Amino acid sequence: MGLLSRIFGKKSASPEPKAKPAAGADVEKKAETIKKEEKPVADKITVGHVHMSGCTGCLVSLADNYGGLLTILDKYADLVYGLTLADVRHIPKMDVALVEGSVCIQDKLSVHEIKEAREKAAVVVAVGGCACYGNITRFGRGGQPNQPQHESYLPIGDLIKVDVYIPGCAPTPQLIRNVCVMAYLLLKGNKDQQELAKKYLTPLMQLADRGTEACGCDLMYDVVNQGLCMGCGSCAAACPVRAITHEYGKPNVNREMCIKCGACYAQCPRSFFNFDVIPEFEGIMDAIDAALK
Amino acid sequence: MPLMRHSNEVREMAGELGKYKLCVSARSADKAILKKAQDGGIVTQLFKFALEEGIIDGAIVAGPGDEPWRPRPFIATTVEELMSSSGTKYNISPQVSWIKEATRSFGLDKIGIVGTPCQMQAVRKGQLYPVGLRDVPDKIKLAIGIFCMENFSYQSVKQLVEDHAAMKMEAVKKMEIGKGKFWVYGQRGQVVQLPLKVTHKYEQPGCHVCLDYVANLADVSTGSVGSPDGWSTVFVRTRNGDDIWSKAIAAGCFETKPIEQVKPGLELVTKLATEKITKNQKTVEERAKFGVNKGLRNPYLGPK
Ligand SMILES: Cc1cc2nc3c(=O)[nH]c(=O)nc-3n(C[C@H](O)[C@H](O)[C@H](O)COP(=O)(O)OP(=O)(O)OC[C@H]3O[C@@H](n4cnc5c(N)ncnc54)[C@H](O)[C@@H]3O)c2cc1C
Ligand code: SF4
Ligand code: SF4
Ligand code: SF4
Repeated sequence: MGLLSRIFGKKSASPEPKAKPAAGADVEKKAETIKKEEKPVADKITVGHVHMSGCTGCLVSLADNYGGLLTILDKYADLVYGLTLADVRHIPKMDVALVEGSVCIQDKLSVHEIKEAREKAAVVVAVGGCACYGNITRFGRGGQPNQPQHESYLPIGDLIKVDVYIPGCAPTPQLIRNVCVMAYLLLKGNKDQQELAKKYLTPLMQLADRGTEACGCDLMYDVVNQGLCMGCGSCAAACPVRAITHEYGKPNVNREMCIKCGACYAQCPRSFFNFDVIPEFEGIMDAIDAALK
Repeated sequence: MPLMRHSNEVREMAGELGKYKLCVSARSADKAILKKAQDGGIVTQLFKFALEEGIIDGAIVAGPGDEPWRPRPFIATTVEELMSSSGTKYNISPQVSWIKEATRSFGLDKIGIVGTPCQMQAVRKGQLYPVGLRDVPDKIKLAIGIFCMENFSYQSVKQLVEDHAAMKMEAVKKMEIGKGKFWVYGQRGQVVQLPLKVTHKYEQPGCHVCLDYVANLADVSTGSVGSPDGWSTVFVRTRNGDDIWSKAIAAGCFETKPIEQVKPGLELVTKLATEKITKNQKTVEERAKFGVNKGLRNPYLGPK
């Protein structure tokens, strides 16, 4: 795969894409020259973790990349802001803000900080169901001790423009990792790297454009009702609260259980399926692995 | 930014037969597998080999469900379990629904999964965009795709068998789509064939936007089309698939013939793949103009 081998300066394992079915012969091309390992990193990007009303599960997910996280911090990103992680009081200028949690609109500081994050960050990523869709905080209606008047929680996209969504509760370490690597390539990569990163991030940007409401009902509205469901089961696998079962091959959502994290719809191959990225899975997965070695 | 991908571009990227390293006609060398298998027993044999070699800890197959010929995803961790789920059930088994559960409740670290082309798409999307599939992407060790022109709901198949073919579901020994017909074989030797004209209207609607016939994204994909009866056409696609396939060949699991030497061969596979993709591409385009200045969603352009 030319693109990826150029991107990461190593021979990618997947074959040249042009199969010649009519000839039917062994189509693997071994002629690719193995390029020398070149250091893929020009300079690091700056990243911050902005904590709104969330449970810190998203941050824990990021940390659950273990060695991969250390590699990211070592080679690709400097953490310039983060509660307890970076000793910085005010939101600094940064390339990428990873925002966790929804915004309590009765909390002045939160409202101020989310706006500031937008001003200071080139790219705002909503990490996790709460930042994207409100998730479990959609059910908050105040009355809790200490700040009983804190009763209204909004997904960050209701207050600022968000660039990229990573839905899910908790979002997975692997998707956060992939987005971090792609964000790096987008901002610091060469032309080919940027091209790949754009293609990869496009559906996650489109999800951000799509809106701030999510529910298991989306599977009905936007997949089954649209004549698109083919019964793969991805939605049920993705649901963190096991709210989805399949009845004769079609999803059945227990709406009482749904916490509105948005994972099911985003995971569904009939929400988005980008033919310019997914068929390259082998090369891209190799490339991400190589980047994190 | 190429936000809008054009439909013919999508088709080109989809490719009729996908990428592959090798294509052969093959069948299992194991008589017991062949006896129960749909075609050349490729799926059951390859999983058996992978299980015995420790390449996988278990495989998500379409096992027997609550009603006759109604499959359900089933995690086979023994050869007996694999054997008892061989054969094609022409209705939906939501294979991917267990992919995370397999790593949790079943504790599998190395998962095998068999599924239709759309289910292979789901697996690969899940690996690149694991929104709700924590720790799953690296655990998929063998994804076997089966060719697929269309699928049916259980109720559709039941209606075809009981109303059109006048057989009881529990009395059916095998179902097959081939040579332009839907075949229903009874336990007592009776055979009923229905023209596909009859089956078309019962097809799962979601299949009509499907742009993959031969499971282009599987590690190894297989189907009957292209090979003689009792044999299967096999595409070995990924590096991982190639590795496992070569080991299985070396271990004597399969008999193979060059695909160029069998009839009807790749020409028919290409023809059917092209027909399916062209027809469904047209459906995708027509959906855009389904209403009056309003259309239906196109998942290939994005999630909106
Ligand atoms: C809905 C459907 C449509 C098909 N259409 C075509 C076609 O147009 N052309 C063609 O050449 N082949 C088609 N096939 C594939 C073909 O029928 C055989 O399944 C394939 O050749 C494998 O046979 P085998 O002998 O290698 O596998 P076997 O060893 O018999 O194993 C078959 C495997 O498939 C699994 N399986 C059975 N039913 C399903 C299901 N509904 N969903 C997911 N997995 C299942 C079983 O659990 C088993 O593991 C279709 C299969 C299905 C399920
Ligand atoms: S994930 Fe699969 S089963 Fe669920 S709605 Fe989407 S297509 Fe249907
Ligand atoms: S059904 Fe499950 S996955 Fe879907 S939004 Fe609700 S909680 Fe999330
Ligand atoms: S035709 Fe396509 S969408 Fe329908 S079951 Fe087969 S692979 Fe899936």
